[in-house]
Order: sequence, then structure tokens, then C-alpha cells
Amino acid sequence: MIIDAKIPAGPIAEKWSRHKFSNKLVNPANRRKYHVIIVGTGLAGGSAAATLAEQGYNVTSFCYQDSPRRAHSIAAQGGINAAKNYQNDGDSIHRLFYDTVKGGDFRSREANVHRLAEVSANIIDQCAAQGVPFAREYGGLLANRSFGGAQVSRTFYARGATGQQLLLGAYSALSRQIGLGTVKMYNRHEMLDLVLVDGHAKGIVTRNLVTGEIKSWAADAVVLATGGYSNAFYLSTNAVGCNSIATMRAYKKGAGFANPCYTQIHPTCIPQSGDHQSKLTLMSESLRNDGRVWVPKDAADCEKPPEQIPEEARDYFLERKYPSFGNLAPRDIASRAAKEACDEGRGVGPGKRGVYLDFADAIQRLGESAIQERYGNLFDIYERITGDSAYRKPMRIYPAPHYTMGGLWVDYNLQSTIPGLFVIGEANFSDHGANRLGASALMQGLADGYFVLPNTLPNYLAGEKPGIINTGLDAFQEVEADVNAFTEKLLSINGTRTPRSLHLDLGRIMWEKCGMARNKAGLEEALRKIPEIRQEFWANLKVTGEGKQLNQELERAGRLAEFLDLAELMCHDALDRDESCGGHFREEHQTEDGEAVRLDDDFAHAAIWEYRGAGEKPTRHVEELDFKDVPLAVRSYK
Amino acid sequence: MNLKLKIWRQDTSDGSGQFKHYEINNVSPDSSFLEMLDMLNEQLVESGDQSVAFDSDCREGVCGMCSLTINGIPHGGHQGTTTCQLHMRSFSDGQTITIEPFRAKSFPVLRDLVVDRGGFDEIIQAGGFITCRTGSAQDANEIPIPKPLADDAFDFAACIGCGACVAACKNASAMLFTGAKIAHLNSLPQGKAEKDRRTLSMVSKMDEAGFGNCRNYGECSAVCPKEIPLDVIAKMNRDFAVASVKGFISK
Ligand SMILES: Cc1cc2nc3c(=O)[nH]c(=O)nc-3n(C[C@H](O)[C@H](O)[C@H](O)COP(=O)(O)OP(=O)(O)OC[C@H]3O[C@@H](n4cnc5c(N)ncnc54)[C@H](O)[C@@H]3O)c2cc1C
Ligand code: SF4
Ligand code: FES
Repeated sequence: MIIDAKIPAGPIAEKWSRHKFSNKLVNPANRRKYHVIIVGTGLAGGSAAATLAEQGYNVTSFCYQDSPRRAHSIAAQGGINAAKNYQNDGDSIHRLFYDTVKGGDFRSREANVHRLAEVSANIIDQCAAQGVPFAREYGGLLANRSFGGAQVSRTFYARGATGQQLLLGAYSALSRQIGLGTVKMYNRHEMLDLVLVDGHAKGIVTRNLVTGEIKSWAADAVVLATGGYSNAFYLSTNAVGCNSIATMRAYKKGAGFANPCYTQIHPTCIPQSGDHQSKLTLMSESLRNDGRVWVPKDAADCEKPPEQIPEEARDYFLERKYPSFGNLAPRDIASRAAKEACDEGRGVGPGKRGVYLDFADAIQRLGESAIQERYGNLFDIYERITGDSAYRKPMRIYPAPHYTMGGLWVDYNLQSTIPGLFVIGEANFSDHGANRLGASALMQGLADGYFVLPNTLPNYLAGEKPGIINTGLDAFQEVEADVNAFTEKLLSINGTRTPRSLHLDLGRIMWEKCGMARNKAGLEEALRKIPEIRQEFWANLKVTGEGKQLNQELERAGRLAEFLDLAELMCHDALDRDESCGGHFREEHQTEDGEAVRLDDDFAHAAIWEYRGAGEKPTRHVEELDFKDVPLAVRSYK
Repeated sequence: MNLKLKIWRQDTSDGSGQFKHYEINNVSPDSSFLEMLDMLNEQLVESGDQSVAFDSDCREGVCGMCSLTINGIPHGGHQGTTTCQLHMRSFSDGQTITIEPFRAKSFPVLRDLVVDRGGFDEIIQAGGFITCRTGSAQDANEIPIPKPLADDAFDFAACIGCGACVAACKNASAMLFTGAKIAHLNSLPQGKAEKDRRTLSMVSKMDEAGFGNCRNYGECSAVCPKEIPLDVIAKMNRDFAVASVKGFISK
């Protein structure tokens, strides 16, 4: 496997414009001859499909939901960053770039991050023009807020539903193209495999989730925009259908998988209430702008109602430990601090796995209506789930798996190690290093889809002869046969364990051994146990119904099969990355007061895993990361 | 809690279905309605039966994928709440709950509780957008939008496309859904240029896709989990009338 990031030469601020200029273009008259498959219709896939179709390419899009509008981007609450400096508070492209590299704990590729910061302002313009109802000030200009870990106000938002409104914007642009016939949209279709022709990605095989039909699709290039893999933990803030089939199948066909162990645990989620739980609900961390996080100082107070615990008996632990960032400390730091407090026995609520997020001060300072204006819908969500009002008593929150920085490795052009296979949005590993800052995933998804891919994909297409691939080729028949055999196998085991019960087992191991804090012994244990679950899966799975029908148990089983393999890969990566960085906290590598210790001499690189066949340990490759414009420094939020 | 469930089962879109009765025990009042169905499905699969097919994805009230008519009411009749946000503490021990798909001619059943809401996508494709190619936008602050207008636009844009409004309407009208999108886009300065064209084509697509007419029953708004107000229908009718007259005059 050859790892060449293809970073353009030149000063960081000029790389992207020089690169765009040096890229080959496709003549407008020829574009319709090229056919591009895009899997996924979230912010990344939806915006890419709309933009490529506008440019004149022939696009076929797929999603597993019943409409492209339902991709999980819809659930993002807090906001989207952009270096507009509308607040005149010292923001700039360079500062957003700097913050993102530092926030990623020096494990991302500088050139990509700079480009992200450069195009961020255009995203806001584009979305406002589409009619996205961003929050406004009374003068009619766009409002901003500061968000998780940033000291400037650069986050744009649409009440507590920013992802919904941005996605509906991308969906409207996509819908326009579907109406014009330039995008063919296939809903309720799940990609089950990738097809290579002469080493290039030239198609996919899907299952129609209504009829069960297995079918091949050919194209000149394939784009994966299939989102993240937090559901490897079973319980996460992702939608129940979020899965890693597309990226894992690509990995098994030769695409390098980068940094699988970089997962983000979000500090402010509603704590789990029992084993029936099917997902965890995030409370936007914008709440930390006005809420204060605390637990009782004394574990003996934990059972008392919060209003009976006087001020001096409370430990506002984020304010205490990180005086300059306080409650706005970055996610990984805030999550770990909450876990520590609970590990010390000072947690609150059922199972003592929760900390308070208290709005009493803010309500007193600003009034209840100001708080309602800012967070009304979040308070409603909280009340619906827990039955409690956060206006009256502090919320209870706890960390939960939320976002995956790891993903398929891509070069500067967003192309994977398989030529012709491009990966965008959360599915790639590109911009966030070992930790993603709040409000930067929406930015990255839309940057990739609106502005980056449409400038890099044509360069690949320009070197390919259009339209010579068709599904009659042997390569397609072979993959289709494999997919059919795989499906048959899942249906024929006829054991006693449901897919959900096995996924629950996997999730428990991952949360305990490869979650917020990891260590060698735990990871080795996980690497022993995961194969046992996989064995149980293949020996004792029970899926009722048939292949040629709408069969949700079969869907669940297929998704779990890939999560089992991915979970193992995550543990290998976490074990071999013998340092702490960002969301990856190895207990062996911490300071006396529990801060992460990075080992830059050994690990200032991305780890890229190459598949070696079932049951074999994959090979670890590296991409060395250079820090020229943001010098390596200890990330300190004290 | 122990519950009796009466659930619509149907194998394919062409076949007919029937209600089946199930019992489920030890349901936690803290579990959501869909988690209760998950639990039932575990039981069914373990005993060799097929699980009850139902749609859901985000399970937090924003994707619009979940549906279900619960005791005769789309989304179960709790104000501003989707089925996935409904919790079992709203039901009582021993209760019988009837669960059906969204019923509407234009939403054919695919299996059990899963329906096809593709008509909604077609309505949006007909005009539910503001035409602006990627890269062609001016600076976002060049068009100031008064806060109250932006707030209203957000309220209209909050629709999740779930289809409860159609399922609740005797005529299976999609006017609340269509009206919400039209109100969102037509009210903004960016959306003015295409206002007439948008209104006419979305309304005609709505009719073409087999959705019925509005008779002002108001059931739609009552079940809407995002509380889209009935006014959007009046607004749409007004915009439609203006657009039709303009079209007539210019002919
Ligand atoms: C609760 C929550 C809140 C968040 N809040 C914020 C925030 O405030 N700010 C921020 O910047 N980020 C936030 N994030 C992160 C951000 O929302 C996501 O990282 C981002 O939206 C991912 O977009 P995407 O386009 O890459 O993937 P997604 O939106 O997940 O889309 C994936 C697409 O791929 C399709 N797909 C997947 N697998 C297959 C398959 N096998 N076959 C066919 N189709 C497939 C799906 O149908 C879907 O269309 C949040 C995330 C969550 C979960
Ligand atoms: S108007 Fe309300 S009920 Fe109708 S689709 Fe939109 S959110 Fe659902
Ligand atoms: S599952 Fe998304 S709204 Fe109910």
C-alpha cells in the first residue's frame, strides 16, 4: 500500500488555490458522459451530488433511509463554524486553522485543515442563499455564538437544529437536481459492496431494502459519504441505522483505514436509563455556554436532591481544573473529567453515572425567557425523555460516543488508496486529527461536498475514458455472487442469538475497554473477546424471514457483521498507538494530574491499516505529519 | 408495565393485512415507544417469528422517519411529539394499544407498519428550493433579514416531512407539508424571485401525486409533531391565487 498524501507545494495559504489551478478540468460538453456514484445523502453526500450535477456530471445517489432528507446530519444541533469574523473578535482563516490543528491535538494534516478554514466562509454564504434560516440579530445580520473550546464567536446556528436546516438546504439543492433528472436518487438502498475494475473503484452492489433485490451499478468513480461508525459502541448519539458497511467493504477491497481508534465521546448526553435503551440523546454542548457543570464535593451528598446541596458543597470541577476555559473545555477533556468524578463515586442519578449541568445562575442573570429563546427545544427534548424540567432542576448529563475522527484514509484530493474511490464527510479521516472541535463536522461535510470534491474529482475523471464500464463485466458478477452468498449465510445459521443481543455484547466491551480511557490489558482483553462474539455471531445468529423481502433483522445482522470487524480494528489501533492524544486516552500516558501525554517523537503520524484477510492482523502503515505552521505544543486548557 | 398490543401485520404492498394480538410484559416506563417495539421484536425473533417492520432512524424527533398510528392518532397524540419521542410512562399498566401504519391512499403500505412517503420528495423536487448554484452566493450579510422574519422562517422550516398531517386528514391532503415549505421559502427575500413558479409547481405536483384537497378540518396541524400552524395553508392559497392571476394576465 502506497501512502502519498499529495500535498501541494507552496506556502500553506496558497496551496489550495495553486492546486485548483493545476488540476485538470473536464470540458463542460463532456461532463455528462461521466457517471459518478455517491453513496450517502448527508451534508457531505447531498452537497456533493447537487454540486457535481450542477457542473454537468451524471450522478446516481443512494441512501438507506426512505428519503435523502433523513441522513443523520439532520440531528446536529449546535452549529457550524466559519471564519467570517462578523463579530470582530479577532477571528481569521489562520485562527480557525490554528484552533483546529491544536484542537485535533496535532494529529491532523495541516494542508487539509487550512483549506477547510479557507472555504468555511463560502459555506455560510451558500447556505444563507439557499434560505437556511440562521439565527439573526435584530439588525438582520447573522448571529454567532462561541462553541466548545473556541475563544471567538464563530459558530452560526439555527436555534437548536442547525444540522436539520443545513441538511434541508443541501436536500433542496439535491432535490432540484433530481427534478431536473441530473441526479438519479435511490432511497432504501443499502450499499453492500464495492466493485473494482483493474484496481479502480468502478461500481457498487446494493440491496433494495424493500424488495431485497441485489443489484450492481457501474460508474466512472465512486464517492462514499456514509457517515461515522460510533454505533460500533451499540449505544451512541447516532441514528439506529448508522453503519460502517460501505467503508469496511472498501477497506476489505484495499482502501486504507486511518486512525480507527480516534473516537469522540461527547460530554453532554442524557444518561442511560436501562437495558432497553436503543440510543443515547445528545444535549448540544452549546448548553455549556450558560450551564455550569458540577457534582457534590462529598460522595455522601450524591443521593440528596440538588437544591439541598449548598453552594460550598458543590464542586464545579471544570471551572476548578481549567480556569481559563471553565465549562467550555474541549470535549475530550470535559468527558474525562466527568468520568473521573463518577469514578470517584461522586456521580448523580441512577447508577451514579451522571453529573449536573445547572442553569440556575444563567436563569437568574438573563431571565427564563432568554434561556428559553436559546435552548427551548433542548430543554423540551430533555423533559420528554427524562420527565424533568431543566428550568426547575439541573440537567443530568453523561458522556456518550458521538463522532468518529477515524475513517478511510484520503489524500489531499479526498481520494482513498483505491484510485477512483473518494471519501467525504465523517466517513473519511481527514481534518480533525485526534479530536474534533464542536461545530466543525458540519463545516467539514459541507466543505468536502460543496467546495473540495467538486474541484478534485474532475482531475481524476479527466484521466479516465468515460462510459466504458458496465455491469456486465465479470467483476460485477463476482461481487454480486459474493453478496448473495453473504446474505444467504446470515439467513441460514438459524441459531438462537438475535443481532441486537450480540450487538449489545459488543457495545459493552467497546465502551469498557476502548471507550473514554483505554489501557494495554483492557485492549488485549477486548482483542480476545471480540473474536469470541464474532464466532458466536457466525455460529449462533438468528435472523428470521427471507432475503427477498423487507427484512430489518437481516439489515441489522449485516451491519453488525462489519461492526465486529471494525471494533477489532479499533482495538488494534488503540493498542498500537501507545500514547495519549485527543479522544484517544491511554491510561499509561498521563501526567500526575491526569492530563494526556502525547509522544510526538513516536506518534506524530496517522496510522493507516491495510486489510490482510479474515482473521489476520492488518498491517499498520504511517503517514508522517509535519507541523510547520502550527508548531507542536502541549495542548493546555488550564 | 404489562401491555396488550394489537398490531397491523401485512407481508407485501399488494397483499392484504390483518391485526395480530401480542402481549408484552415488564416494559420499563422509561423506555420509549419504539424501544418497547424493539423488545417485542426480540421476543418474536427468539420464538422464530418475523419481527414487526417499522421505520425509525434518529430516534430523537428530527429525521421524520418514524411514523405509526397509535390508538387511532398519528404519532400517538401527544402535543409536539413524534412516535420515537413518546415514552411508555404516558401509557398505563395493562392498557391495550392499537398500532397501525399511517393510512393514506398516497402512502402505500410496504410491509407491516412501513409506508412509502415518496410523494413528499416529489413535491420538493417540483419547487421546494431556491435556485443558487454552489459558489454563486454573495456574502451572507448582504441580505439582512429582520429577526422576526428569520424566526418565522425557521418555524415553517421545522417540518420533518413525517407525513402525519396526511395520515390524519380524511382527504389525505398534503397542504400542511407543502404550505410549510412554501411559507418558509416565499417569506424570505432570497426566495422571492421564484415565488410564483415555486407555488404553482409544488401545488400541481401535490395534486398529481394523489394527495387530496384541504377541507379545513385542521386535523393535520393538531397531530403535527413540529406544530406547523394552519396559517401556512391560507398563505399558500393566497400565494397560489396571486401566482395564478399573474400567470393568467401574462398569457
Ligand atoms: C446528535 C449529533 C449532534 C451533532 N451536532 C453537531 C454540531 O452541532 N456541529 C457539528 O459540526 N457537528 C455535529 N455533529 C456531527 C455531524 O452531524 C456529523 O459528523 C455529520 O453530519 C456527518 O455528515 P455526513 O454527511 O458525513 O454523514 P451522515 O449525515 O451520517 O450521512 C450518511 C449517509 O450515508 C448513507 N449511508 C450510510 N451507510 C450506507 C450504506 N451502506 N448504503 C447506502 N447508504 C448509506 C445514509 O443513508 C446517509 O444518507 C453531530 C452529530 C450527532 C450524532
Ligand atoms: S407538516 Fe408536520 S405533520 Fe406534516 S410532514 Fe411536516 S412535520 Fe410532519
Ligand atoms: S426516528 Fe427520527 S423522528 Fe422519529
